[in-house]
Amino acid sequence: MLDHRDIKLLAEEFKNWSEKTEAILAKQPERQEVFVNTSGIPVKRLYTPLDQEDMAYASDMGFPGEYPFTRGVQPTMYRGRYWTMRQYAGFASAEESNKRYRFLLEQGQTGLSVAFDLPTQIGYDSDHEMAMGEVGKVGVAIDSLKDMEILFNEIPLDRVSTSMTINAPASILLAMYLAVAEQQGVNAEKLRGTIQNDILKEYSSRGTYIFSPKPSMRIITDIFSYCAERIPQWNTISISGYHIREAGSTAVQEIAFTLANGIAYVEAALEAGLDVDTFGPRLSFFFNAHLDFFEEVAKYRAARRLWARIMKERFKAKNPKSMMIRFHTQTAGCSLTAQQASNNIVRVAFQALAAVLGGTQSLHTNSMDEALCLPSEQAVQIALRTQQLIAYESGVCDTIDPLGGSYYVEALTQEIDQRAEGYIKMIDEMGGAAAAIEKGFIQREIQESAYQYQREIESGKRVVVGVNRFEVEEEKPTNLLRVDPSVRVSQIERLKKLRSERDNDLVSKSLFELRRIAQGRENLMPSILRAVKAYATLGEICDVLREVFGEYQQVSVT
Amino acid sequence: MKIARKIRVLAAKPGLDGHDRGVKVIARALMDAGMEVIYTGLRQTPQQIVEAAIQEDVDVIAMSVLSGAHDYLFPEVMNLLKEKEIDDILVIGGGIIPDEDVPALKDSGISEIFGPGTLTEDIVNYIKQNLKR
Repeated sequence: MLDHRDIKLLAEEFKNWSEKTEAILAKQPERQEVFVNTSGIPVKRLYTPLDQEDMAYASDMGFPGEYPFTRGVQPTMYRGRYWTMRQYAGFASAEESNKRYRFLLEQGQTGLSVAFDLPTQIGYDSDHEMAMGEVGKVGVAIDSLKDMEILFNEIPLDRVSTSMTINAPASILLAMYLAVAEQQGVNAEKLRGTIQNDILKEYSSRGTYIFSPKPSMRIITDIFSYCAERIPQWNTISISGYHIREAGSTAVQEIAFTLANGIAYVEAALEAGLDVDTFGPRLSFFFNAHLDFFEEVAKYRAARRLWARIMKERFKAKNPKSMMIRFHTQTAGCSLTAQQASNNIVRVAFQALAAVLGGTQSLHTNSMDEALCLPSEQAVQIALRTQQLIAYESGVCDTIDPLGGSYYVEALTQEIDQRAEGYIKMIDEMGGAAAAIEKGFIQREIQESAYQYQREIESGKRVVVGVNRFEVEEEKPTNLLRVDPSVRVSQIERLKKLRSERDNDLVSKSLFELRRIAQGRENLMPSILRAVKAYATLGEICDVLREVFGEYQQVSVT
Repeated sequence: MKIARKIRVLAAKPGLDGHDRGVKVIARALMDAGMEVIYTGLRQTPQQIVEAAIQEDVDVIAMSVLSGAHDYLFPEVMNLLKEKEIDDILVIGGGIIPDEDVPALKDSGISEIFGPGTLTEDIVNYIKQNLKR
């Protein structure tokens, strides 16, 4: 961005400086021979305007709220409104979770984020054999609309936005949410929130799949189309890199594999006859905030630019909203240590700051005790306060994209953009994300990076404070939060009662109807909604779909 | 000359938990240390794990759970092994497991529990020193 003469002069001076510096290295060597970030990108000693020579401000950075959105998706960013502070939570029973949500809303949290237990996420009722030991453990157990009514009791659904981490049975939980809203007298048009609904990363990284890819993609596109007509403010999918990163990927792989999944969803929706500018604006994303501060900031910026390019150039979107990556961020659970757990508060603060400087739309900050147990109320409060400190005290929100124009951050943004694009090209050549998962390519790439990372820790090349350096003898923490084991029993009792009190003829009819629709091509959502309202259970609905669609068998990758 | 048989390990994910980064990293480290590792994949019931252990004639079962279901699943595997009168398989576990839970797990017959931050090298050494056959 300098003119030609300035560049030449600068290049000469840079060369002089570099030679002088190299000369003193013999006496004063640097800490490492080479510096490389987690994505394998070499980090230079110094970045200068020379690194921006082939960048053009207007086309590579542009303005916030405008294509290619490198500097942010809104024209005022946090000067207008802070990000949504959204802590992921869900405990055992619907009653307890409802209490935690109301606590968080009272503490100034601005959106809900529901964690479901694993049986709910995999479509088993609490009394199923596969649910043994898992009921209520990692989130709330939802067996039927009854539980959902309790979960949102006295929470006005027209005034909160609710994110639900649910994938394979997303359509069913969304239907339950719609039914509760209807009971509250809230018009569906007013509902704001997100379902994760991202099945591809379940196959590669997270593990809560039920059906095989093809019917799963149909369920997803049925949701896109149903919501576009009826719940225009709902984010119909949250295309997630978070779990890909947690599974061990690098920052570049996180972006590449997430956007490759995004491409697969867009293609499926186009194939189903939907218009890119109808569903495009409702696609949302979810990224990790890991340890390497600048790599993370650059990652978000690169993701925005790359997706904008994909939507505009590849899919010919016209609506700028279709080109924007709006994303949620969660700090990296895998970076937390069980050793000296209070250090995690500081780790989370740096990660959260990276997410904010990267322009996130909403944020979950992890609790310090998450490598030990489920988060306690005090730990969650500190985590939420961390966000509030960044927002209200640090001053970083007063101007937009304050790191934009940093020689390093811009160079890194460019490098991550290009490397991720290279991966996407490779995945395209394999036939797209679903095919690359089927071949085990994405799983292998992630595993390799995870192993590499662990090797670096074990060789001492990568320092983890409190784990392989600066260790101390410490007391074992006690009084950790535990899930009440009686939740399984009470869920089973509630199920029994439900099955004896509901209109079982209506349930059978609604499930019969659902089977017929599943075998055909009509949109599944209305029949799922009818079954939910008849108080068919989640397990019963999923069983019908399992029968028609078959279950996915994991590809073995070693 | 007797050829030393490689140590055979079943790396297993009981229950519904999908966190498999740890178990895969450990499987790979054990292989690099010269062991033979069979990985079960996700969503194994205790029955399936015990059957696989018998079928594969393993010396070690290494289980990983991060969902909190270890309190049910780990002892269940031990019960099934006892039912089948198998006492020469070394069983170890790992994941997010509160220290308070460890004594009960050990009472059920799990030999050792490895938490977050464990070096794979320590697991390799533990296995080599504590084999039951």
